[in-house]
Amino acid sequence: MTGVQGFLDQLGARKQLDAEPSWIAARRQAGAARFEAVGFPNRKNEEWKYTDVSAIAKQQFALTDNADFDRAQLDAMMLEIDAYRMVFVDGVFSAELSSLDGLEGDVSVEPLSQALASNHEAVGGALGRLNNVDFSAFSALNAAFTAEGAIVRIGRRVALDKPVYLLFVSRKQDAPIMTHPRVIIEAGSQSEATIIEHYIGEEGAANLTNVVSELFVEKAAHLVHYKLQEASTQEFHIASVHIEQARDSHYRSFNLNLGGSIARNDLVAELNDENAVCDYYGLFFGRGRQHMDNHTKVHHNAPRTYSNENYKGILDDRARGVFNGLVHIKRDAQQVRGYQNNANLLLSDRAEIDTKPELLIYADDVLCSHGTTTGQLDERAVFAMRARGLDEAMARGLLTLAFAGEVLDSVNEPNIALRVERAVAGKLPDRFNLQDLVEAQDA
Amino acid sequence: MLEIKDLHASIDGTEILKGINLTINPGEVHAIMGPNGAGKSTLSAVLAGNEGYEVTQGTITFEGEDLLEMAVEDRARAGLLMGFQYPVEIPGVKNVYLLKAALNAQREARGEGEIPAPEFMKLVREKLAYMKMDNSFLQRAVNEGFSGGEKKRNEILQMLVLQPKLALLDEIDSGLDIDAMKVVSQGVNSLRSEDRSILMVTHYQRLLNHIEPDVVHILMDGRVVKSGDKTLATEVEDRGYDWLTEGSVA
Ligand SMILES: Nc1ncnc2c1ncn2[C@@H]1O[C@H](COP(=O)(O)OP(=O)(O)OP(=O)(O)O)[C@@H](O)[C@H]1O
Ligand SMILES: [Mg+2]
Repeated sequence: MTGVQGFLDQLGARKQLDAEPSWIAARRQAGAARFEAVGFPNRKNEEWKYTDVSAIAKQQFALTDNADFDRAQLDAMMLEIDAYRMVFVDGVFSAELSSLDGLEGDVSVEPLSQALASNHEAVGGALGRLNNVDFSAFSALNAAFTAEGAIVRIGRRVALDKPVYLLFVSRKQDAPIMTHPRVIIEAGSQSEATIIEHYIGEEGAANLTNVVSELFVEKAAHLVHYKLQEASTQEFHIASVHIEQARDSHYRSFNLNLGGSIARNDLVAELNDENAVCDYYGLFFGRGRQHMDNHTKVHHNAPRTYSNENYKGILDDRARGVFNGLVHIKRDAQQVRGYQNNANLLLSDRAEIDTKPELLIYADDVLCSHGTTTGQLDERAVFAMRARGLDEAMARGLLTLAFAGEVLDSVNEPNIALRVERAVAGKLPDRFNLQDLVEAQDA
Repeated sequence: MLEIKDLHASIDGTEILKGINLTINPGEVHAIMGPNGAGKSTLSAVLAGNEGYEVTQGTITFEGEDLLEMAVEDRARAGLLMGFQYPVEIPGVKNVYLLKAALNAQREARGEGEIPAPEFMKLVREKLAYMKMDNSFLQRAVNEGFSGGEKKRNEILQMLVLQPKLALLDEIDSGLDIDAMKVVSQGVNSLRSEDRSILMVTHYQRLLNHIEPDVVHILMDGRVVKSGDKTLATEVEDRGYDWLTEGSVA
């Protein structure tokens, strides 16, 4: 069975958590009830106006409980970075493929199931606090199926020496699988850390990944959060990312989307106290018939909070993109600055973008701006580069990369930048070597 | 080096070049002069491979090859390089990156490997100094925010790095102050050799004092109406162009 009932039927089939705490069971029921009541969003729903999820509703997805995956294959797919790594295969944690060696001090990086088993009460405060079951039908579904995920707790004043790398692998199976991971990040006051969420899949994997992330950025904490989505072009990827920021905290998000048949990201940041700074960087690159939808919200709930957003969309073939960015400034949240920019590049006549910036301002002493542009590659520049001997693909690739530059140049993880670069522009002469060289010579 | 025979070209159905004949031998410098709208830039554009123009008749042979059959990038790799009248700004692409990619494309076409980075930097620094440009130009996006004169210098910088067999220079002197004129001319003159040729378009004899041509052609209404030595340039500077068509009407 498919549709809402088909999904609910799977609830009975799912693997029970050992001694499930009652609050989890209650959330599960609330999620299921909510999902049953609202069903899948349709296009009459303003938030889903341009994104049709009927392909998800029509599909029957099974659950899995094994994490078998070939090590060598994984090595070839994952980022080559020195990091504390947790690997999830179709949502199931694999201790074997993970590597948390050397993690010490006041930091914990655990699968959610383990954290719940050892001290569920310590999880109860965070899980679901930012993402209520009524945020969206998919959030409700995630709550109903809560089972696994990642929980990262960074203690007060800890500066992590390496990034935490959360790798989600989607396998190609006979029958499609659904997973509903939950990611919880607690960045303690004055801590500093980089979190990398990475979604990859085998070619042809057509699963549903429906993830909810909740990030708590405490006083004066600095958190850099990469979300690199490189799933197969048949995967359904739905993500809700919720951020809560305390005084003097700095959160920086890189939301990089290259994969997925339908990829939808919701980002919601709550800037709750003075001098909280939130940077949203985004890049989406769609080809074929990919559909990429980013909905971002920043709530300035306190005076002197700052946000800065830059999203770049690149669409080729018949790909479709959606950008919806809301900057909301609450009453009396004075001296706020909120900047938003969305620029899109259409590489084909049949690619399409729907973009909608929104400002909701209820304070009078604020500085806000938003801008959106959509254009094509400058053919005169393509010609000028070819007239110097660059082949057409490289000329177009370089210009496309140049368009992405404002976002990519801020990416401080070279391996991530390189992945995006390759996807967008094909293989190019080594950018980083060249840069090093020129800098060394100028010094 | 280059042989153009009975070349006709049109844009949007309007014929602009109406039968051009021109031969450039290795080592020669040719100048093309002519009134506005005569078709000088059109000729350069057709040589460089701009697809906006349709060649309706005639042939162009470059180093024994049929130039019209070659893609834009292949012409450049084979050594035919165009210095644009209006160099395009390419935001986000660093000058140094374009230079390196261009040089490597040329080397690859010759079956050579990529140039080692230190060697490349040495070469580029040397040429940069020659053009009296400082190192910061390498890190800037191609032509972005460059002054008119800086753009022209940058075109010649690319020539010096890429060492074309045939350099096409379209009004490389326009917008240059006296000092820049000297630097640019020196750059162009340094390209001169027994096996390199230059074809330059200009309105002013002044440039030809700096870069002495072997042959001067006068292009009017899509045809070469007169060719001669450098004294022809002085003559048109004094008398204008009208006398060249009088009498040829019949
Ligand atoms: N799209 C077009 N349709 C029709 N005519 C065109 C088009 N583009 C250019 N032309 C014409 O072609 C003619 C030749 O132009 P070209 O730029 O080659 O002249 P030029 O000799 O370089 O002149 P200048 O000295 O002013 O640079 C001009 O009359 C111009 O108006
Ligand atoms: Mg011209």
